[in-house]
Amino acid sequence: MGYFLQNIVNALQWGSFYALVAIGYSMVYGVLMLFNFAHGDVFMVGAYIGFFTASGLMALAAMGSIAIPGWLILILTLIIAMFLNSFVGMAVERIGYRPLRDAPRASAAITGLMIGIILETGNLALLGAQRRAFPPLIPPTVYKVGGVYITNQKIVIIVVALALTLALHQFVQHTKWGMAMRAMAYDFLVVPLMGIPINTIAALTFALGSALAAAAGVLYGVAYPVLGPYMGIIIGWKAFVAAILGGRGSILGAASAGFLLGFIEIFVTMIFPSTMRDFIAYTIILLILTFLPNGFFGEPYSAKLRL
Amino acid sequence: MLLSVENLQVSYGKIKALHGINFHIDEGEIVCIIGANGAGKSTTLRAISRMVPASPGSKMTYAGKDLLEYSADKVVSQLGISHVPEGRRLFGNLTVMENLILSAFARKDKKAIDRDIERVFGIFPRLEERKRQKAGTLSGGEQQMLAVGRAFVSARKLMLLDEPSMGLAPLLMLSVFDALKAINQEGTTILLVEQNARMALKFSQRGYVIETGNIVMEGKSEDLLNNPDVKKAYLGA
Ligand SMILES: Nc1ncnc2c1ncn2[C@@H]1O[C@H](COP(=O)(O)OP(=O)(O)O)[C@@H](O)[C@H]1O
Ligand SMILES: [Mg+2]
Repeated sequence: MGYFLQNIVNALQWGSFYALVAIGYSMVYGVLMLFNFAHGDVFMVGAYIGFFTASGLMALAAMGSIAIPGWLILILTLIIAMFLNSFVGMAVERIGYRPLRDAPRASAAITGLMIGIILETGNLALLGAQRRAFPPLIPPTVYKVGGVYITNQKIVIIVVALALTLALHQFVQHTKWGMAMRAMAYDFLVVPLMGIPINTIAALTFALGSALAAAAGVLYGVAYPVLGPYMGIIIGWKAFVAAILGGRGSILGAASAGFLLGFIEIFVTMIFPSTMRDFIAYTIILLILTFLPNGFFGEPYSAKLRL
Repeated sequence: MLLSVENLQVSYGKIKALHGINFHIDEGEIVCIIGANGAGKSTTLRAISRMVPASPGSKMTYAGKDLLEYSADKVVSQLGISHVPEGRRLFGNLTVMENLILSAFARKDKKAIDRDIERVFGIFPRLEERKRQKAGTLSGGEQQMLAVGRAFVSARKLMLLDEPSMGLAPLLMLSVFDALKAINQEGTTILLVEQNARMALKFSQRGYVIETGNIVMEGKSEDLLNNPDVKKAYLGA
């Protein structure tokens, strides 16, 4: 029983990364009918921005010999990395996708893959092949609750992931910007007729998704403090799967599918050898998608292709 | 003259939909363009709201400004031209209220927006009863009311209406047109395109007849109603 509960906590942490990255995939897919295949690498860039921000803040504190507590540095790092990475996302949209707005979707997908490679190899060229160690911001404290070991890091990761998911959900449901995003997802051709600049909404969508990816990157650095230029590829692909499983454009769908992926992966390894983890986990997900091809909560949309 | 259109040409790829049409609208008028299916009515409205590009040589002047310098969203937010598209095209996943709030996206005058939404509910009480309902669940008539309401809130110096009578039972159609008349009397200029020529000519002061991308006739609506050619081709008499 303790082992089982322990794995639930591990699954929640593991799912947090998938959930935060999947939301960005899903929003861009919903609002712009586009798979942003560079999104896993935007997550990687976010992790690196977080690394430099955290290291910089620590150096600054050391220089002025002020004792800034680690949790404060973590909060600042999260905020700064999310802010800066939103510009990375907006640049990807502006340079990579906006010129292709009217091109066939396959062109945009290929562009996404290329942007991803450019971000990975650009990182390699600029920073070299050595991996970076994310600074330990919050020294791990282990709590034992009813036979389950929970670290403060796991709590922070899970709580931040859930809080950001719910905050974004509220934003999309209740602000006029969120309404504009949902309207785009439904019938983007009509949106300009409401006096709404489509480019602004596209940029906002990328900004929000990339901010969440940066949060995932920083939290990932807290849990697994080794960063490398290719760290976003597998997480990106899996988050893409979660976005599809969650349903087009649905934030809560993407998040719950991200957590589900975490659960399936962790619980498969409870039963099977870890070498079989992804083989079995993604066979299960393929089966789910066979019966639910539109995912859990796909947003409805008008299929009209012209005004 | 509020809007003047000269030599407007629009092509979709190789297909030329408008072959250089000319017309104008004065402030406060209700003008209609009638024509058969595929004649180019919707394309004309799309060109004015800048949803399709006009070919070189086209000229459109709105209140002394070159319309071609404005993007589609600025036509609404800066020039005050709203466009009720063919088939209403509501955001079916949003509620009635959300559709109205969203149509005021570019406006900053919060109090005036609330007043305008109240006014829409005054004109169409049915919408107020259904304001928390998803727009996709409304009946055809209610959807047309919301489409007009949305345009009313977004901008209303000039309202472009694409076949508002389509799919409406006669009684509902009359109530929508009554509401439009009231909106016009409050100062909104209206350009209406319709296949339902009789309704459009009764409702408007002046009219144009469009055939395969060319304007072939124009005049006072009552004259067009009595014109034997129009009668034969469009009024089924
Ligand atoms: N998006 C489009 N792509 C290609 N051709 C179009 C498009 N929209 C309209 N057309 C063509 O342009 C012509 C005029 O269409 P339209 O303006 O919709 O006519 P109307 O509104 O009078 O029925 C028609 O021949 C139509 O087939
Ligand atoms: Mg039409």
